[in-house]
Amino acid sequence: MSLIEVVGLSHSYGDQKILKNISFSVDRGEVLALIGPTGAGKTTLLRLIDLLEVPGSGKIYFKGKSIPESGKQRLELRRWMAFVLQKPQVFNLTVYDNIACGLRWRGEEKARVAEKVDHILGMVDLKGYEARNARTLSGGEAQRVALARALVIEPEVLLLDEPTANLDPVSTERIEQLISRIIKRRDTTIIMATHDMSQGQCFADKIGVMLDGRMVQIGDAKRVFTLPQDKEIANFVGMENVIEGRVIANTEGIVMVDVGNNVIQTVADFPVGEEVYVGIRPEDIVLALSKSESSARNSFRGTVIGVTALGPVSRVSIDCGFQLAVLVTRVSVEELSLQNSKEVYASFKATTVHLIKKEAD
Amino acid sequence: MTEIWQGFVEAVKLIISFDPEVMEIAGRSLMISGTACLLASLICLPLGSFIHFHNFRGKRALTNVIQTLFSVPTVIVGLFVFVLFSQAGLFGASGILFTPVVMVIGQMILISPVMLGLTISALSGVNKELVDTATSLGASGRQIAVAVIREARFAIVAALIMGFGRAISEVGCALMVGGNIRGVTRVMTTAISLETSKGELVLSIALGIILLSLALIISIALNRIQQR
Repeated sequence: MSLIEVVGLSHSYGDQKILKNISFSVDRGEVLALIGPTGAGKTTLLRLIDLLEVPGSGKIYFKGKSIPESGKQRLELRRWMAFVLQKPQVFNLTVYDNIACGLRWRGEEKARVAEKVDHILGMVDLKGYEARNARTLSGGEAQRVALARALVIEPEVLLLDEPTANLDPVSTERIEQLISRIIKRRDTTIIMATHDMSQGQCFADKIGVMLDGRMVQIGDAKRVFTLPQDKEIANFVGMENVIEGRVIANTEGIVMVDVGNNVIQTVADFPVGEEVYVGIRPEDIVLALSKSESSARNSFRGTVIGVTALGPVSRVSIDCGFQLAVLVTRVSVEELSLQNSKEVYASFKATTVHLIKKEAD
Repeated sequence: MTEIWQGFVEAVKLIISFDPEVMEIAGRSLMISGTACLLASLICLPLGSFIHFHNFRGKRALTNVIQTLFSVPTVIVGLFVFVLFSQAGLFGASGILFTPVVMVIGQMILISPVMLGLTISALSGVNKELVDTATSLGASGRQIAVAVIREARFAIVAALIMGFGRAISEVGCALMVGGNIRGVTRVMTTAISLETSKGELVLSIALGIILLSLALIISIALNRIQQR
């Protein structure tokens, strides 16, 4: 039995439909990342699961039981969950009192509260901050207090809403390390909303892609990233190269796709004549100055039309008759002297190419 | 001008020498307005919280009425209390007209709308996401209310101070229901009014200085609280 099961959940604010017929389930100890752009409905979904709002229609089951009507039972159910909001909210109290409040509300003994708060303060690296007013903390520190306040009650389900949004890189890394530690313990089920692909890929067992209030794809994290179901999802999960084409041959599973002036080979099972999108992740493409002798079935000669530095890597745009975006390291950019008008060969394996059936518009 | 300056110097002397009459009048003012403020807060804080935390028909209208009563003229409250406690009035039998007790009642009625309205707006000023945070951390309805009140504590204290300020500085109601009886119901504002009309500026100025100092202390306290 799943720990949480959501069936046909819909929700509106006034005339605006926020969630449209969402269904999924989460098992005990599983980490589900909800990814999607801002306004996709991720926060609303988390709020409904945390019983902060009553869904317009549909059901949520906890351990096979639907949400109770009575306030007392709802409170009991809510007490085995903890929700960390996107914008860290702290009470105008000391750090200690902020972290202790959940335990006090549960009637925990004073000595036990002190022991647990002390332990969690060490975990989030905030020892010595006990007497500080939480309102005087930085954004990163406040988010650690919010996380500590949620963890100290030892919830069965931890709901995280964009826990590192609005934080600087150092604070983001600390929060990510904390989340990683919780995940390793495997005793807390986590549902995390994020628009950060790498966070989703790094932490989640399962990924749900939300677009415009719909759960457009849900499944194994690796699969969602490499095998998106449609063009919209492909774009969102970072598959930057999505090229229109038509299957012109299928020989023993090797499919040839005509993309205009070129043919791309892939491993798939699509009938000849099928209109498709060819998806290639930018990090799966290798650039060289001469045609490589590698095992890559696809190798195209092209011209560099743009190089954009993105910290340790650079995005190189290449025109090979169709446009390709390629991610290469900064060192490679220097070694290959990549600049506009430079001729290069872009190669990628047939197995890294993902075909998406083109839906009739 | 010399007369006013001399009056000012004499007034300062009265204050420094702890003149019995000045101290008695100032003490009575503080006692009456302090009691009115305390009793009004005992009613307004729970009532304001109730109005904020419950949804009912006419809530918005009620809030509007409360806000309108912020600036109710003191003489209107005085008239209302006078009618209630005069011999022919509803509570005429109590015989407390022209006593400090009825002055406390009058000031309570006067400052309740301000205290109530500011308490409601103090509670409404608490971030909705903090309420969600408390809810999600497993607080019950009562625990959420306590958390919100605690969060709004500085704004609520500011509401109480505002109420006290209005009570101690009013003259209309105190004069009408207290009668400005020497040694019984004479407070700073009524004494200033009477002494000035008699041309006795020294006592008026002395009491005026004390009243202004109180206003200054209240203003500083409010500023400090609102900065927290």
